[in-house]
Parts: sequence; structure tokens; C-alpha cells
Amino acid sequence: MSLTADDVNKIAHLARLGIDKQDVAAYANDLSGMLDLMTKMSEVNTDDIEPMAHPMDQAQRLRVDVVTELNHREEFQAIAPQVEAGLYLVPKVIE
Amino acid sequence: MEWETVIGLEIHTQLATRSKIFSGAATAYGAEPNTQACAVDLGLPGVLPVLNQEAVRMAVIFGMAIEAHIAPYSVFARKNYFYPDLPKGYQISQMDHPIVGVGHLDIDIDGVTKRIGVTRAHLEEDAGKSLHEDFHGLTGIDLNRAGTPLLEIVSEPDMRSAKEAVAYMRKLHELVRYLGICDGNMQEGSFRCDANVSVRPKGQAAFGTRAEIKNINSFKFVEKAINHEVERQIALIESGGKVVQETRLYDSVKDETRSMRSKEEANDYRYFPDPDLLPVIIDEAFKAQIKAELPELPEAKKQRFKADYQLDEENIAILTSSRPLADYFEAVYKKSGCEAKLCANWITGDLSAALNKAGLEINESPINDERLSGLLARISDNTISGKIAKQVFEHLWQSTANADDIIAEQGLTQISDTGAIVAIIDKIIADNPSQVEQYRSGKDKMFAFFVGQVMKAMQGKANPAEVNKMLKEKL
Amino acid sequence: MHNKTLAELNLGLQAKKFSSVELTQFFLNRIDKHIQLNAYITVTPELALAQAKAADQRLAKGTSDLLTGIPIAQKDIFCTHGVVTTCGSKMLANFTAPYNATVVEKFNQSGAVMLGKLNMDEFAMGSSNETSYYGAVKNPWDINTVPGGSSGGSAAAVSARLAACATGTDTGGSIRQPAALCGITGLKPTYGRVSRYGMIAYASSLDQGGPMTRSAEDAAIMLQTMAGFDEKDSTSVNLPVPDYRADLNKSLVGLKIGLPKEFFGEGLNEDVAKTLALAIDEYRKLGAEIVDISMPNLKLAIPAYYVIAPAECSANLSRFDGVRYGYRCESPVDLTDLYTRSRGEGFGKEVKRRILMGTYALSTGYYDAYYLKAQKIRRLISEDFKTALASVDVIMGPVTPSTAFGIGEKMDDPIAMYLSDIYTIAINLAGVPAMSIPAGFVAGMPVGLQLIGDYFSEDRLLNIAHQYQQVTDWHNFIPTGFE
Repeated sequence: MSLTADDVNKIAHLARLGIDKQDVAAYANDLSGMLDLMTKMSEVNTDDIEPMAHPMDQAQRLRVDVVTELNHREEFQAIAPQVEAGLYLVPKVIE
Repeated sequence: MEWETVIGLEIHTQLATRSKIFSGAATAYGAEPNTQACAVDLGLPGVLPVLNQEAVRMAVIFGMAIEAHIAPYSVFARKNYFYPDLPKGYQISQMDHPIVGVGHLDIDIDGVTKRIGVTRAHLEEDAGKSLHEDFHGLTGIDLNRAGTPLLEIVSEPDMRSAKEAVAYMRKLHELVRYLGICDGNMQEGSFRCDANVSVRPKGQAAFGTRAEIKNINSFKFVEKAINHEVERQIALIESGGKVVQETRLYDSVKDETRSMRSKEEANDYRYFPDPDLLPVIIDEAFKAQIKAELPELPEAKKQRFKADYQLDEENIAILTSSRPLADYFEAVYKKSGCEAKLCANWITGDLSAALNKAGLEINESPINDERLSGLLARISDNTISGKIAKQVFEHLWQSTANADDIIAEQGLTQISDTGAIVAIIDKIIADNPSQVEQYRSGKDKMFAFFVGQVMKAMQGKANPAEVNKMLKEKL
Repeated sequence: MHNKTLAELNLGLQAKKFSSVELTQFFLNRIDKHIQLNAYITVTPELALAQAKAADQRLAKGTSDLLTGIPIAQKDIFCTHGVVTTCGSKMLANFTAPYNATVVEKFNQSGAVMLGKLNMDEFAMGSSNETSYYGAVKNPWDINTVPGGSSGGSAAAVSARLAACATGTDTGGSIRQPAALCGITGLKPTYGRVSRYGMIAYASSLDQGGPMTRSAEDAAIMLQTMAGFDEKDSTSVNLPVPDYRADLNKSLVGLKIGLPKEFFGEGLNEDVAKTLALAIDEYRKLGAEIVDISMPNLKLAIPAYYVIAPAECSANLSRFDGVRYGYRCESPVDLTDLYTRSRGEGFGKEVKRRILMGTYALSTGYYDAYYLKAQKIRRLISEDFKTALASVDVIMGPVTPSTAFGIGEKMDDPIAMYLSDIYTIAINLAGVPAMSIPAGFVAGMPVGLQLIGDYFSEDRLLNIAHQYQQVTDWHNFIPTGFE
């Protein structure tokens, strides 16, 4: 399986990841190499195997419904690129 | 050609928990921007979600109320997309294994019951809000709402008209408030609706192409938006066009739906199980515990009210429309010892009118069930007349005194003392000889004049039955 | 002072042979002197000395803990309140965390002194520390070679005695591989044993923090502080933490060691294999029984890992979008531009490669073939470990196919780089604990022996490692120039 430059551009857009034009071919090549590694997986029959999402067979723990977090807006927004009137600012969102 | 409308609704219900679904930040509405967005809600690096027990309980209680399958094993998944009101770049939601499976809800359409299928209901986190007021051409992001628990309730495409859709939505709205899992405040966005709408030639089995109308936030707009969309689709098809599957936004000002270009771009949400969260296991013990807490549901309550209180349909519908109102009625019935009809009439009549006028809910009523019971008891035992009762009601509303004190203080006790009434009647007959003459010559209507005069003279306190009886004797 | 074990340092501090301030200053001087290793991204001398002063007071009051006053260093993946946490990336060059990772909090409570934040591969993605935005770390044993990664700064710092011990994180070998290449002891605990809260996520179902030390005994002391249930981490396991030093001296007579044939086949450097054979012999002398075993699905670990880890990372790294913190591009023209350029400029090549891979593996039409398939393979691999560990007490094998490779040698060939993690990755997929301990040298470069145990058997692994370190000296060797 090999990926084209077009494929890479599509994936990069899904991931909102800027990639320099001159690097696209190299990424296509690297990703194709990774996909080659993965062909090994298709050689194994896994029809009856339960997928494993976590190393532990545990259940989700539930938290008691109490408010524990207080307002830290100032500290949180001190590390933000652009804020005004307590809001995070971004380029205009068009719906 | 005759067309048939097909509608399915996705309703986002904000669960009435104190804290968020995955963090300990408050969920209260209306706080200063970003003051209720903690590190987890902001998606700061390294922070992790921990599931709120109350959100799970509320989802399960809802599932039980619609007789749905409660999944013993449900999984949270990440739904990936970039949007500034979505801090992590993914929404934690449920995909393959929702907590609530197939269930149903019955609606009444013109006296006929129709069963609407519920496909599923799943837990997820709400997003923040984009504020489009002008910040030098920029958009402001408030993440207070981010992480508020939502139960997304997805119906089957079982509705065939906007009217049915509204009936379903109202029924659901009533139910979630009954269950105490959502405040139902549509203006604040606690209960939001997306509608999937399509049309097909009547008799055709296959569904037409649907459009999804987003974020319709009132019952009125749901009806309008759907009707508008149906008209648009029919007009489009009849003029040779084709409906495209897309997301549309309802504009309540222009009363039209329009395509949301920002959502048009092919989305690939890349769902996968969230590795930060483990499967939610709901065992029989948990279910049994919740079942025990399940309140009486609206339908059952209606049946019971009909059987126990013999009230008319209209009173039953009003009294059972909310749990606090039904509870109020039952408390008054019990405490006053009056007939159910008297209790119901006062609650759906004078009290409801006063509450409406003041913009208050039943649980904010200045007259609690105790004080109203006190008033009704005095009507019932003839201490005061219905007319005087209205006067006492006014006082109850304005003050904190109880009915007996008001009646005593203002001397409003009904006079049934025959002697006092006879004296007044004699005086009135003496003072109005021409009216007596008219009555005696067959003008029956004059009787009301005498009653009025007596009541006036006795400041409305005379027992009307006694007055009638004695007037007849004297005249 | 820099050659003392943690227990010795503790005794010295208790006995007032030296103060924490003196000890801290001593390490700060060493860090300065060996700045060319590039082991640290941020050194925090003022904070360290303030903490040392507080530690001295605590020591004087007699309320001290084993680590009170001991200068340690944190991998720059752990969030530290008020101190820049970069995760080795330009994306977080300006990020000062408004909270502490649970692990950092635990060290603070124990009174340990933090010297600074250690260099690492960008977002822990790499096996050589060359993907760091802050430059490659050099291996103290030969500064032309890599220290391994992603916890390369931690391994180099401990090996060169620039900290008494350090934290690391391990997603596919990131503690064990650099520990092996730098000749130190590294332990990746069972998944869920150490809290991940505040540890910047690479692949959430695989990431685990652990100690990087000069000996197994030190690792036991460090793990004692790091391990434990954390209610802020849903994947943290609520099991009691044993006393990790209690069983260190237990005899190994009758210990059953499994050697999977898949670990000793093609691809393993011959001299490394010989060195490991000698190490296994030592265990035989200690009374252990050696059993040949087979774990047929190990060969599938690399492909499964390079689907699962990138898939998780592709979502984990979406939060770095230039909106609330971190790098933001200059004058974005619209929202897409803000995202695309902030992320394009803020992330390095290896990170981008993995985000792309993960995005692809999760996208419509490929999910079943890649992601779901990899999760099923993960189950098979995990079953292999369960089966093997039902018949033996510990599995042993190499950590790396060869000793440290040259800086720049594999940077143009990502696949070759990935294959260097062939012996470590499967352990993370299964979630079991594993250690790397120094087992000798090939041409002057350290070789690591890997010990793999059953879930939550860290105490047993530490015992097995410690017994070896009682009869060998490999862990006491010091790289030239750092004596």
C-alpha cells in the first residue's frame, strides 16, 4: 500500500497540519513505508479476537457530583495567545 | 402529487448535575466567561477526564423511563474535529456502545396514541460558545459550557408531521423535567433539538434524502422550521430539483432554513474508544437501586389522577404537566380534606392565573400548599363564601398570614345567623316597596335584586343559601 | 557525592554529613560543567536551592522522607506549576503549566529537590532524543552517539551523575531503551501503577511514568514515591502499593526465567547476544532455572504499535491549536490558517509523521483494516505474555538490538528507527512491567538486559534486578569524564 502526495494533503488537512510543499513527497514515502510494515498484521486471522483498547480489564470509576474546581481564569489566561474580556480570541468563525 | 413528511429528532438534554461530566467545574448558567472552565474543560496538556456518577445515574433513569435497554457495558469514544469551542479537538461522546439502547415514547395526537421509537440515548460533553459580537473582527470563545453533560436522545424517523414532532418534543420535555434530570430551560439551551426532515411520495417505502436542521430552541420554532423545510423540499422536487443531504440552520427572524456552509466540508470524525476512559459497567444492583428511585411517570400519574380524584381531562392534563404542580395538588388535597374538584379548580384557576401573571413557577408560589389548604377548608365548611375566598386569597398572596387569621382579623366569617339575616331582610323589604310590588306581580328576576341588596348590606358575609331561603319566605 | 546511592544520600543528609543545599549546589555545578550533553532543557537553580533549604529544615525537624533533600530531575513531559514544560517541542516553548503533575506533586510532598526539566524527544516520539526541538542529547559514554529516547535526557543525566535520579516515561520503550544505551537502571511499571495526570499524553493506553536510576534499589525508592492510586486518572489502578524494598534481598533460588526464542533471533547484534548470555549465566549461578519459551505474536508488535500509538496521539495532540496556550502562528488570516500554521510550525517532523499516520489509520474506510486490526493483534500479544508468565516468573531478553548508534545515523530512515524498539514495544501493548538493567559492555558501550514480569510484580522485578546487582558491578561503571 502506498500513499500519494494527494493522500498526504488530504490527511494533513483533516489533522489541520501545515506541511511544506517540498516535504509532501517525503511524508508520502515514509507513511507508505509504515503501511508496508503493517501488511504483516493482515497475515494473521483475527476474526474471533476481541479488540483490546486497554491493558486492564477494568471498569470506569465514577466521581461524586461535587464542584471541586474554582475559578482560575486569570492564571489560565495568562498563558493564552490572545484574550479579551475574559474570552479567548480567534479569527472570525463563520457559520 | 401527495407527499409524506418523515421526521426524526435528535434532542440534546443538558443534565442537571452540579459539576461537569468529566471535571469538577460548576455547570451553573450565566457565569462570567471562562470562570467555570477548569484545566480539564480547557484541554490543558496532561489533564484527564473522570466520569461524573450523577450523569450516569440520570442517563440510566431516563432509559428506564422510556423502557429502554440499559447497556451493561458502554464505551466513551472520541469524535475528532477542529472547532474553537471544542478545546481538545475532539468531543468525548459515545458511538458504538451508547448507555441507553432502544426504547419508546407514546404521544397523543388528537386523542390517538402513537408510539415513537427512541433509537438510543448517549452521554457526551457539551461544547463551549462562540460569541460573534465584534472583537476587532475576531470571535470570542467562552468555554464555561464546555464539558456540561448532555444526553443526546435520538428518535426513530417515526414522526409524520411537524405537529407530531412538537408533541414528541413536548412529551420528552415533560419527561426529563419529571425525572429531575434536566431543568428544561430552552432559552438557556438546556433542551435543544436538531430535526432530520425528508419527504417522499405518499405510499413510497423508501425514505427521501434528508436535511438536518440544527439547533431549534423552542417548540414554536420546531414546528415552523419543519414546515418551512418540508415546503422547501417539496417545491424543490416538484420543480425538478433534488434534495441534498446537508446541515441547515433555521433562521427564526427570516423564518427560513439555510445551508450551513461551514459544516458542508466532508467531515470524517474518526471515532475511536477514548483511551483515557474505561468502559462503563452497569450491573443489576445499580439498576435496581435506580429503579427504586424512579418517580411516578406522567402517564401513570394521569391514570391515577383519573381513577383517584375523578377530575376532568383538562384539570388532569394541567395538574400532571409537572411533578411539582401534581405534588402541590396532592398536598392540598390531603391537608385541606376538601373535595378534589375544589382543590383542582383553585390550583388550575386562581393560583395558576396569579402565578402566570407574576411569572412564577409553582415551587416559587407565595402561597404554599399549607396556606391554600387553610383557605379551601374554610370554603368547604362554609365559614366563607366563594366570593370572600377570592378576597382572602388576595391577602394570602400579599402576606404571610394564614387564612383563618385573615378571616378573623377582617371579620369575613360568613353569617348564617338567621336572626341577623332576617333583620336585614325586613329592613330591605320595608325600604323597597315598589320592587316588592314588582316581584310579587310575577317579575321573578327581581329576586336577584333582593339577594344583591342583602349581600351588600352584610358585606358579602351572609351565607347565600340562608339568604335565598329566607328571602323566599319573607317575600 | 554524586556516586552515592539514594539510600546513602539519605543517610548522609540525616547524619548532617552534608546539607541538601550543599548537595543541590554540587549537582547544579555538575550540570553547568557538563552542559555540552544537553541533558536539560530547563535548569531551575533558584527553585532547587529554595526547595533544598526547605528540605534542610525538614531534615532538622526530623519529619523527613527517604527522598527529602535529594536532587532529582523531571522529564520535561511532567507539568510543573510555574516552571516551563516544553515536552521537547516548539509548540510548548512558552508553556508554563498552571498545575503540577501528580508525580511532581508526590516528589514535592516527599521533599525531593527538583534541579530542572530534562530533554526528551518531541512529545516523547523518538528513540534517539534527536527529535527534540531543543537539540539532541549526547550519550555520556560516547558523545557522538545517541542516548536513546524518548527519555534520553533522563538517561544521560543519571548516567553522567547530573542528578541523583530522574523520572522517565515509557510508551514503547522510552525508559528502558535509553536506560540500556546509557548503562543505567530503568523501570516501566505496570500500566495504571503510576498516575498519568499532568504527564503530557502521547499514547494514553500505553504511556507510563517510571524511575530512571543507577540501581534497582534506587528504583525501588523512587517508585515508592511515584506509585499509587490517583483519583484524577481514570486508568490509575486502586491497589495498595507494596514496600518495594522489602523483598530486595529475597533469594532467587528456584526462579524460573523464560527466554523467548523470538527475542534472540535474527537482528540481534552478536556481541550483545553474548553479553546477555553471560548475564543469564549469572542468574543460573544465583539458582535460577532457565526455560526456553516462544511468544509467536511478538513479531506483530511493531505494526500494531505504529497504528495504535499514532492513532491515539493524533487525537491527543489536537488540543495544541494555538487558541488557549502554546505556539500560535503570526497573523492568521482565518480559522483554518490559525490551526494549520500553528500546528505546522509548532510541531516537528516526527510528530507530524505520527499524527498523519494516526489520522489515516482512523479515517473512514481504513479504521477496520488498521485500528481495529491492531487492537485485535494487541489482544494476541497480551495473551502471549499471560501464557508465558503463567509458566515462568520472569521473561528476559535484550532491550535493544545493538548498543547506542551514532547521532544522525537513523534520522533519515524513520522505519529503521522504529525497528530499534523491537524488543520493548510489545510490553507496552500488554501493559506489563519491565526493567532494563546494565549487563555489560560491547566496545565500551553499555548493554541492557530486559526483565519482564507479570502485572503489578514490580517488587519481584526489583528483587530480581537487585540480586543481579549484588553479584555484578555493571551498574557502578561511570562514563569517562564524569567520575
